Amino acid sequence: MKYQLIGVNHKSAPLEVRERLAIPASRLPDCCRDLTAHPGVEEGMIISTCNRVEIITQTSNGSADLRGFLHEHFHLTGDALDAHLYEFRNKDAVRHLFRVASSLDSMVVGEAQILGQVKEAYATARAVGSARGQLDQLFTRAFAVAKRVRTETAVGSSSVSIASVAVELAKKIFGTLQGKTVFIVGAGKMSELAARHLMAHGCASIFVANRTYNRAIGLAQKFNGQAIKFEDLYNSCDRADIVITSTGAPHAIFRREHGEQFLARRKNRPMFFIDIAVPRDVSPEMAKLDGIFAYDIDDLQQAVTGHVADRHHEAELAEAIITSEVERFEARLHTLDVVPTIVSLQDHLETIRQAEIDRVRGRMGPLTPDQEMAVEALTRGIINKVMHTPITTLKTAARDSEATTVITVVRRLFNLQVEENANTPQAGDGEKSNENTPNKNEVEPADA
Amino acid sequence: MALLWLRFALACYFIGLIYAFFALNRTSDLFSRIALHAASLGMVFHFVSLLELFLSGHVVWASVHNGESLLAFFSMTFFMIIYAIYKTTAPGIVVFPTVFFLTFVAAVDEQPVLLTAFVQHKGWLIAHIILIFTGYAALVLSFGASLLYLIQERRLKAKSPSSLISFLPALDVIDQIGYRSLLFGFPFMTFGLITGSIVAMSSYGKVDFADPKILLSILMWLVYMIMVFTRWNSGWRGRRAAVLATIAFIAAVVAWAANYFSAVHRFAAS
Repeated sequence: MKYQLIGVNHKSAPLEVRERLAIPASRLPDCCRDLTAHPGVEEGMIISTCNRVEIITQTSNGSADLRGFLHEHFHLTGDALDAHLYEFRNKDAVRHLFRVASSLDSMVVGEAQILGQVKEAYATARAVGSARGQLDQLFTRAFAVAKRVRTETAVGSSSVSIASVAVELAKKIFGTLQGKTVFIVGAGKMSELAARHLMAHGCASIFVANRTYNRAIGLAQKFNGQAIKFEDLYNSCDRADIVITSTGAPHAIFRREHGEQFLARRKNRPMFFIDIAVPRDVSPEMAKLDGIFAYDIDDLQQAVTGHVADRHHEAELAEAIITSEVERFEARLHTLDVVPTIVSLQDHLETIRQAEIDRVRGRMGPLTPDQEMAVEALTRGIINKVMHTPITTLKTAARDSEATTVITVVRRLFNLQVEENANTPQAGDGEKSNENTPNKNEVEPADA
Repeated sequence: MALLWLRFALACYFIGLIYAFFALNRTSDLFSRIALHAASLGMVFHFVSLLELFLSGHVVWASVHNGESLLAFFSMTFFMIIYAIYKTTAPGIVVFPTVFFLTFVAAVDEQPVLLTAFVQHKGWLIAHIILIFTGYAALVLSFGASLLYLIQERRLKAKSPSSLISFLPALDVIDQIGYRSLLFGFPFMTFGLITGSIVAMSSYGKVDFADPKILLSILMWLVYMIMVFTRWNSGWRGRRAAVLATIAFIAAVVAWAANYFSAVHRFAAS
């Protein structure tokens, strides 16, 4: 297991730092390719959401310079970033990924969105070929773990989503949401969800503006709302009491002067901006205006901390599941570790068997096909019988920590070659390690 | 006897005062219920006290202390009306201390009835007193609401998690309480000043604009009008509204204090 993970999340880094590291979906494939081109990295993939950037790799020696990759890729100088980065290896990396996929590491613990985002990131990496055998195993397992956490604990059920927190905040500002107007800027899943919550609490009408006008129309139709051309955004935005903004714009689209215009036209009635975009859409300067209440992703997190405590117990259950799953995954990987040993042991004995048959064949003279088959069956049967216990022992040992010792002993006893590969089936290129998986299947019948 | 009832009322209001000191950082419902009941009981005592004064036959409210008592009672009435509409005790944070202070001063001792000079205009005088004090009470509420608005606005801006669980009502509700009190109080204040002028005119034959009491009253009324206008015209709220409300409040207090310097509005029989 040579997994390496580096990243930042909402706990380790402020929004300003995450903004700098965020990778837009359009650039993700290139980024994955760059990652696998980095020295020491065999497979790699990147998860970039508004709350986190995670780089997960399978490396040849377990110590690839991933920080170096980040510095190179984002043209960073100095070590300002380093304090915010976390780095995990092997078991810890697996645990972290499991926690992320299960939404235990999320800002709003238990929210379902992150699993979709991880799956999307994984699909991207698969498409460009940067995630193959090893990461494949890891992520398949991660998705299964996420599902298990979801079904076996209540972590996700009472999920205080960002959307419902937004509703509560809106109520703290407007009292009742009856008759309030919502403006969605940038049609996205998350803003749609937030809008749905707001409408369910009584908001009366909705406007949608999007760079792609057709998408705005599509979303507006869902809510019986009105689509607005993006150019008319500033002229019509003051009609909204609540603005949900999540564009992919690289800079703030709502600046101080816009806020002043809105307030003047609204006779200073307050406006609530739910800014779920990273980088942020509402400039901090505008958020300072009296009557503008702007909450970005981080602020919403702060607002939910109280609620998270309620689900502490469920989260503990989920953590226990994660721990046992990490153990299982590790054990499974170790089982793979013994596969080359078993294979070379079989090869070794097969070579001996063939050599012995060849040696005695001369003395026995020509054999009928039936006799030939009988000899084959006899010798093979002896070997399989003899092999049965050592192979079972190897496989059992693989699940414990003594795997390495047992493998070494077996190799020494039988004087097996390729000592180097014994514990590192992944060594070499990714393709090779990939071949190990089918091998294992071949071993299985011998075992049975 | 009236004084005794007032002192009972004061004891009840004391509970409200304690509540006001702790309410901002509390989310407990129990405490606000206790304060509410205590305040209601206090109002009953207070009402009995005022009724006794009235039944004694003189225009006894026209003494400084009884005037303060009346203002305290009106403020409490407003508080209760707001509670009935909005189900919030939050304005108590400002109203309770004000009421306690006014009642405390009024309950110190009995004062002789002093504004005897206007006894021939009794009807106008009573109208003047009631109108003006209603206006003052509305101003107290409006001032309280703008302070609460500032606090709630700060909390929402600071994005502290406490803003979600705080017992303060929604920003818009606080705003409505303040604005409605303001609108409600304005005509009372205006007519109160007019009736006051009528009493003065008929007593002295003219209104002396150089008199500090009259000057300050007009100033207060102007600030009041500016508040109503800016709010109606450009929706001033939050910090700017709070500044105006504070000015109006100070002007009102100063106008009240001017009784001691005024020649025409003197309580002491000269």
